[in-house]
Amino acid sequence: MTRNIAFTVNGRPVDVVAAHDDTPLLDVLRNELSLTGTRFGCGLEQCGCCIVLVDGEPEKSCGRSIGSVAGRSVTTVEGLGTPDRPHPLQETFLEEQAGQCGYCLSGILVSAKALLDRNPSPSRAQIVRALDDNLCRCGAHNRILRAVEKAAARLREGNNRENRQGSPA
Amino acid sequence: MTSALPAVLAENPRLDRWLNFDAPGKVEISTGRVELGQGVLTAMAQIAAEELNVALERIVVRSGITELTPNEGYTAGSQSMQAGGIALRQACAEARARFLDHAAQMLGCAATELTLRDGHVLRNAAPTKFDYWSLAQSVSLDADATGNAARKLAAQYTIVGRDAARLDLPAKLFGAPVFVHDMRLDGMAHARVVRQPNRGASLIAFDEAATRRAARGPIQFVRDGNFLAIVGEDETAVETAAAFATDHIKWSAAEPPTAFQQEATWLLQRPSIDRVIGAPVEAEPGRGAQSYEATYTRPYIAHASIGPSCALALYRDGQMTVWTHCQGVYPLRAALARMLKLDPSAISVRHVQGPGCYGHNGADDAAADVAAIAFRMPGRPIRLRWRRQEEFAFEPVSPAMVVKVRAKLNDAGELIDWTTEIWSGTHQGRPGGGTNLLAMEALPNPPAPPPPNDVPEAAGGGATRNGEPLYEIAVKRIIHHLVPEVPRRTSALRSLGATANIFALESFVDELAERAGRDPVEFRLARLSDPRARAVIERVAAMADLSTKATQPNRGKGIGFSQYKNRAAYAAVVMELEVDETVRLLRAWCAADAGLVVNPDAVINQLEGGMIQAASWVLKEQVRFDNPSAGPIDWETYPVLRFSEVPPIDIELVPSDSDMPLGVGEATAGPTAAAIGNAVSRALGIRVRDLPLTRERIMALLLAQ
Repeated sequence: MTRNIAFTVNGRPVDVVAAHDDTPLLDVLRNELSLTGTRFGCGLEQCGCCIVLVDGEPEKSCGRSIGSVAGRSVTTVEGLGTPDRPHPLQETFLEEQAGQCGYCLSGILVSAKALLDRNPSPSRAQIVRALDDNLCRCGAHNRILRAVEKAAARLREGNNRENRQGSPA
Repeated sequence: MTSALPAVLAENPRLDRWLNFDAPGKVEISTGRVELGQGVLTAMAQIAAEELNVALERIVVRSGITELTPNEGYTAGSQSMQAGGIALRQACAEARARFLDHAAQMLGCAATELTLRDGHVLRNAAPTKFDYWSLAQSVSLDADATGNAARKLAAQYTIVGRDAARLDLPAKLFGAPVFVHDMRLDGMAHARVVRQPNRGASLIAFDEAATRRAARGPIQFVRDGNFLAIVGEDETAVETAAAFATDHIKWSAAEPPTAFQQEATWLLQRPSIDRVIGAPVEAEPGRGAQSYEATYTRPYIAHASIGPSCALALYRDGQMTVWTHCQGVYPLRAALARMLKLDPSAISVRHVQGPGCYGHNGADDAAADVAAIAFRMPGRPIRLRWRRQEEFAFEPVSPAMVVKVRAKLNDAGELIDWTTEIWSGTHQGRPGGGTNLLAMEALPNPPAPPPPNDVPEAAGGGATRNGEPLYEIAVKRIIHHLVPEVPRRTSALRSLGATANIFALESFVDELAERAGRDPVEFRLARLSDPRARAVIERVAAMADLSTKATQPNRGKGIGFSQYKNRAAYAAVVMELEVDETVRLLRAWCAADAGLVVNPDAVINQLEGGMIQAASWVLKEQVRFDNPSAGPIDWETYPVLRFSEVPPIDIELVPSDSDMPLGVGEATAGPTAAAIGNAVSRALGIRVRDLPLTRERIMALLLAQ
C-alpha cells in the first residue's frame, strides 16, 4: 500500500512515502515535511486554519488527500515570504498589527494571497467574500481587512513601477 | 518614602525573580503572565524599558515557567496590567535605584546627580563609564523589594503610552512553530484520549482489535481505570483510531445532558445556594412605590478556541516536564502533583503559546491527559492534541444565567430601590485545588468533587460580577442563587457573569428610560456622578451621533455601558443594526477609559476583539444539549461571527490622568451585549430579553407581535 508521492512544496520538489493515499495533506505537511506553519484547526474543513494553495487555488489541507496532490504544486504560509523577504501581505499585517492569537493567520494569509493573485484590485466586499471561509475567534477581522486592502494597493504600486521601469524611455 | 508594595510583588519580593542583566546589553525580565494573543508580553517589555530607561529592543521577556518566573496565579480577569504590570514596574524601579545608588558611591557623588540613558549612567547629563551591565557584577538583585524606590512620573514616559509593535506577531505571520501544537521532540509519540463521557461513567466494552484495524498503523493503548489513551508514532493513525474508538466504545452510567436542561430557565427549578449582597431583601413594596421587573437569560456559551487544546510531556528520571498553553502554570503544577502523587518540585510546567482561549477551556485538561500518559511511559516524549469535537464536547463552558431585575420608583418617578437576582452555575472551575481535571476523574480513585463555590466578590465575583449597577440608587442589592449541579462542567469565560448581568442591567435601564419618556443617555447621566463614567458615555454618544433618531424602519442604535467589575476599565458601546429575519450589524462605536494605557494600539485591538466576540455570543452562540442525535458539536452547529458579519468599529480612548493601568480584555463584552439588545429592541419596537438573537428567536418575536 505504501507508495512514494512526488509533488512541489513552496517551489521545492518533495517525495514523501505515504502509508495511505488518503492521509490528509495537512498531516504530511506538519509531520513529514516539518511545515507546521499550516495549523490544525478542526480537521473538518470548517475553519480555514489549514488553507494552502494547490496549483494556486485555496484548499483546506485537512480535507485534501496526499494522493490527490501527486504532481501538483502546493504553497504554504512558509512559501509566502520570510522575515528578510516578506510578502506584501506579511508586511501590511505587521503594519496594521492584524492579529491577536495568530492561530488563524496562516490560513487567512494564504486565502488572501489566492485572492490577490487573481484579482489585484479587490473591493472590500470581494475581500470579505474571499475570507468568509476563514474563522477568526479573537476579533481581528477589521484589521485583517485593512491589511489585505493595503497589501493589494502595495502590490499594484509595485507592478506599476515595474511596468514603468520596463517600458522604453 | 516607603509605599505599600503591589500585592503581586509582595508575594514574589525577590528582585532577581523579576529581572537580571546577565546578558551583555540585554535585560531579561520575568513575568508570571502569559501571552494569550492579547499582547501582554509586549506591554510588560514596554513597562520595564520605561522604568529602567533602556531601549525597548534590549528587553527579553521570559514568561510562565514554574522554576523561573514569579508565581502570579492565572493570566485572567484583566489583571495582567493592573496587578502584574505594576508589580514589574515597581521591581524595575527598585532595581534602577539600586544601580544608581551604587554608581553614585563609585563616582563619589549624590544619586540625584545621576540619570540613565538607554542603560548608561549619566552624571549631570555627561557620560560616565558605568552602565547596567558593567555594574551588574557588583549590584545584587538577590534582595527583596522594599517599596522605597520612587517610580518614574507618567509625565516623563516616552515608551509607555506609545504604540509598540507586538513582539509575538512576526513569528505568527511567517508560520514559525510558535504554538505548543508545533513542538516536536526527539522520539515523540502522538496521543489521543478516548474520553469518559461524564464523571462516574465506567468503561464496559472496548474492542482493541477493531480499533487497531481502523488505525491502519501501529498504535498502543494506555489504560488505567476509566482513563483510556491511544498512542503511536503516526498521528494520522492515532487520530483515526481515537475517532473510531470514541464512536464504538461502551460506557455504563453515561448521562448525556438533555435538551430540557439546555435553556437557562431550567436553573430556576434547581436547588441553589442563596445569599444576599448589599441591602437586605425588601419586605412588601413601599406605599406609593411603583415596581417594575424583567427577566433576562443567556445560554451556555463555549470558549470555542480556534484550535483544540494540546500539550506535550516528558517523564524522565523522576522529573515531569509539561508544555502547555494553560493560563496558570503554578496552579496546574499543584493539580498535576496531586494527580501524579509527585512533589511539585518534580514537575516543571512551561507555557507555550496556543490559540486564543478567552478563559478556562480544555488547555489544563489536555495537559493533565498528556502528563497521565507520559507518567506511564517514562522516557518517551508524548504530544497530545484534542480533537475539535472533543474540545466542543468536553471543555468547561460558560454557565447559562437567568438575571431578574427589579426596580422601584417613588411618586416623583425617582429610582429608589434596585434588585438584581441571579441564577447561575459556577464561573470558577479551574483546577488549582487539585480537582477539576478530566483525567483525574477517569483514573482510579477520583477526587471528590470540589465544594460548590464561585469567584469571591473580592476577586470581582463570578455570577455576581457587575451585578450591581454603577448608577446612584439609594438602595441596591444582589440576590445570588448558585446552582451547584448543572448538566455540563462550567468555568471562566471572558468577563464571567458580567456579560449577562450588564446585558440585563443596561437593557432594563433602557426600559426604565422608555417608561419615563426619557432619552437613554440623559437617563444614565442623571444617575452617574463619576466623571470617568460620564466621559465615556458622553463621548460614545457623540461619536455615534446617538441623538439623531433612526429614519429607516427596522434600524436602530443602542447603547451599553459598564465599568468592568465596578472598579476597572470604563467602556461605553453603541451598536447600529438592521433587523429583518436576522440581525445585521452595521456599525459600532466604543469609548473607553483604561487608565494608564501602556500600548494604545494593543488596547484598541483588545477592546475591538471583545466587542466582536461578544457580538458573536449575542447573535449566534448557544451550547446545545439536544445534538447527540444530530452528531457532535462543530463549527456548523456552533457558528461564530464571520468576516461578512463583522461591522466597522470606531474606538476612542478617553484620556485619563491616572498612572494605574486597567485591563481591557473583558471591558467591552457586557456593554456590547447590551448595546445590541437595546438596538434590536429599538429597531423592532419589541424588547428582547433572551439570548442568542438567532433567526429563530427573531422570527418568533415578530410572529408574536
